[in-house]
Amino acid sequence: MPDVRLVNVKKRYGKIIAVDGISLHIYDKEYFSLLGPSGCGKTTLLRLIAGLTQPDEGEIYIGDKLVNDVPPEDRDIGFVFQTFALFPHMNTWDNVIYGPRVKGFNMEKADTIGHEVLEMVRLHERLDAFPNELSGGMMQRVAVARALAAEAKILLLDEPLGQLDAKVRNELRYEIRRMVRDLDLTAIHVTHDQSEAMAISDRIAVIKKGKVLQVGTPEELYMNPKSIFVAHFIGESNFLEGYVSSISSKGAIIELRGGIKVQTVNKAAKKGERIVLAVRPETFVVKKGTKKDKSTILGTIEKVTFEGTNMRYEIRLENQGLIVIVRPSMIGEWFDIGEKVTLKFLPEKAHVFVYPEAGLREEIVVE
Amino acid sequence: MPKPKITEALDRLSSKTSIKNTIYMLSIIIFFALILLPPILGIIIKWGSIQDVFNQPELLSAALNAVAASFAVAFFVSSIDVVAGVPTAWMITRGKSKWLNVLDTLSDIPFIVPTATLGYSLLLFWSEPQGLSSLFGVSFISPGWLLVVLLHFTFSFPVVVRTMVGALLDYKLEYEQAARTLGAAPLTADRTVTFPILKHSLIASFTLAFARSLSETGATMIVAGAFVHGPIFIKNHIGESGALVFVSSILIVLSSLIFVTIKLLGSRLKMPVRKVWPVTERKLSSSIIASSRNGITLLIFFIIVLIPSLFVALPAFEAVFTGVLPKALGGLGVWADYWQSITLSYSVGIVATLINIVVGLPMAIIIARRKVGKGPSTLLDTLVNIPIIVPSVALGASLAIFWKENFSFIPEIWLLIFAHLSITYPYFVRAMSAAIERISIELEEAARTLGARPLGVFRTIIFPLTKYSMLSGAIMVFTRSVSETGATLVVSNLKTAPVLLARYWVIPYMENPNTAPVTRAEIGLGCGFLILLSFITLLVLRLVTRGKEGY
Repeated sequence: MPDVRLVNVKKRYGKIIAVDGISLHIYDKEYFSLLGPSGCGKTTLLRLIAGLTQPDEGEIYIGDKLVNDVPPEDRDIGFVFQTFALFPHMNTWDNVIYGPRVKGFNMEKADTIGHEVLEMVRLHERLDAFPNELSGGMMQRVAVARALAAEAKILLLDEPLGQLDAKVRNELRYEIRRMVRDLDLTAIHVTHDQSEAMAISDRIAVIKKGKVLQVGTPEELYMNPKSIFVAHFIGESNFLEGYVSSISSKGAIIELRGGIKVQTVNKAAKKGERIVLAVRPETFVVKKGTKKDKSTILGTIEKVTFEGTNMRYEIRLENQGLIVIVRPSMIGEWFDIGEKVTLKFLPEKAHVFVYPEAGLREEIVVE
Repeated sequence: MPKPKITEALDRLSSKTSIKNTIYMLSIIIFFALILLPPILGIIIKWGSIQDVFNQPELLSAALNAVAASFAVAFFVSSIDVVAGVPTAWMITRGKSKWLNVLDTLSDIPFIVPTATLGYSLLLFWSEPQGLSSLFGVSFISPGWLLVVLLHFTFSFPVVVRTMVGALLDYKLEYEQAARTLGAAPLTADRTVTFPILKHSLIASFTLAFARSLSETGATMIVAGAFVHGPIFIKNHIGESGALVFVSSILIVLSSLIFVTIKLLGSRLKMPVRKVWPVTERKLSSSIIASSRNGITLLIFFIIVLIPSLFVALPAFEAVFTGVLPKALGGLGVWADYWQSITLSYSVGIVATLINIVVGLPMAIIIARRKVGKGPSTLLDTLVNIPIIVPSVALGASLAIFWKENFSFIPEIWLLIFAHLSITYPYFVRAMSAAIERISIELEEAARTLGARPLGVFRTIIFPLTKYSMLSGAIMVFTRSVSETGATLVVSNLKTAPVLLARYWVIPYMENPNTAPVTRAEIGLGCGFLILLSFITLLVLRLVTRGKEGY
């Protein structure tokens, strides 16, 4: 089973640089996600790996073989398109055994594989159905079955769940993950949905404007984002602005707007530097009332949303912007709109970033 | 900006069901009264004379042979059209070279050369001493069936290229890419996925080329020699209504049957997608084979389509150096007639185009949106095609019979416009109904729910989204009208540019160059001007549309 390596790969479309010198190593049998906002270059990257687009610069290896000049049909890949691209003039069965057929497998083998993969996606009863007779979820399963039947060693999935409704999407993502594991495949999954990437990936590459910002396991990306964008894009973060007022032996002491001082564990920051503190919503401790000490922040509840599992509060901070916190709905007290609260957060769980030159808003924009 | 009062009043009127229905009914009535029925009634009026043909066994057998020849040529030509036209369309849409844009424009040239001129041009190139024959010392291809086949191939080729370019641009490339990622070689992917999905466009391009070949008269009569097919038979027996009625009705009935059969069987036709030869098809997909295919495609295009089509204009260069050009530009001698004929051709073309837009647009909406119910709308969709398949000379002759015998007060110029309207109407309605069908009905519904009235929906949604198709349909109508020869020759004595060139310049020159009113250089220049004017029109269209729909 092969791994996939990209070495300084570039792809331009006119003046737009879709992929800007990306190097990645996707390991054998790994479930790897390319995650980023629309137009970040993740689909282009997947198409480069598939051989559907040619790189302007750089090298792409599948196993030990340089595949830059290898056509898609010789790369031993399976590709699941966002629109499924099921052949409209063929029924489920003919779609599924298209790969074995064009690869010249003997018909007995093609039949066996066809039945196996259809069994796997539980679509045996719809062998004769044409794509226009199938539901979105079924089409998606046929598309996956078709890619698997070609006995590909690498499965490339381009937003494979993007066209499905939420419930089906949630079910199918685990189903795909299970099949990939059962068949010992290497999978590269393109998505803009961070919860989808977090749920199924071994590792994730976060991509923005054609560049990889960070590669890591879902835990690493969530717990230790290396940039404001990753902190914002993976999960949810509140950004508090301030500056480094002093450096102690434990780390930087940050003075936030409004005079609140926070001890962080960050030792790289320099005194006087303008910074942004990224704080996850669930790391805030919120209490009713206005009793304040030097590490608490006062706020007023502005909006309350009941989300089922969680309560989501938007809180206007004293001299700061709006932040969001999330609390389990079945545990603890609820707050009302207009209520005064005090907030604290665990400084060691906050991430300190140098204030971006282009501005915070520009840094976290996803479109 | 507030709407002008007149627009608002018209918008409000368009909400009234009675007004809408009146417009739709009027467009249907005009279609039947002016476009479809007159040529058919012209034949029916003279139905009795069909007996003349049955009374003369020799004439009957000659007529039947001519009809058979028509179908044989049309079938053969449209088959090779598809074989040669599809790779050309493929190159235009899939190639990366900027020169392919030029190829795209050049492939329309045979469409804009007046048909009679095109015939003469091919004759010069293939048969006359100044063409290919100068290389071989003898007439390379003499007038006859082979030259007719070459000619029909030349003028129906753009029809296939145009249809297939459109289809390939609309085609979702992901299907082909999916096939490639599943292990299919390019040829296998094209054969088992792309072409089966484009089956309807392939059939449509075949059908259009078939119809175009079946109905052509003007050019064929110049290159036919002793060869006789349906339209030439009609032209040879122009005074005998029996021959006209007999051949025309067989052509119309048989070709209608063929088209209906193709339409019915086309969707059931299965392409062989299950059998695959991975090794052979992989070898045939190699880049050497692909380059050779492109090379052959280009060679066929230049040698058989483009150069022969433009060959007639070559002496125009001679004209530049011999003083013919100033004489021509000054409108002296025969050139006074020439410029008059150009003015007439362009005027008829403009009027025919405008009428087409006014009466064709509601019909396109009726067909695309099934405004009169599913069945009747489908029937209209089929009937609209009929004027394309009637041989142009037969159409002209039967129109002349119908109008002149029943409405003799109608001026000849209007007969000419009616004839051109009949011939060009299907092109406009086809282009527009296809464009409207591509617009999701939801867009219209969204506009209605936001408060737009029917005319407002057309003005703000349909028109902006179809204006390029409308322009392209209009140009198709205009160029077809300006280059039309066969019907124009028989329906009136008016000298449009193609008629002047064919009847008064080319044919006399072919019969005897010494007694002809014009020289070879003048014919070349005359044809050259006409081609140039049409080419400029086409180029302007392409430049206008490229901005939005470029590829």
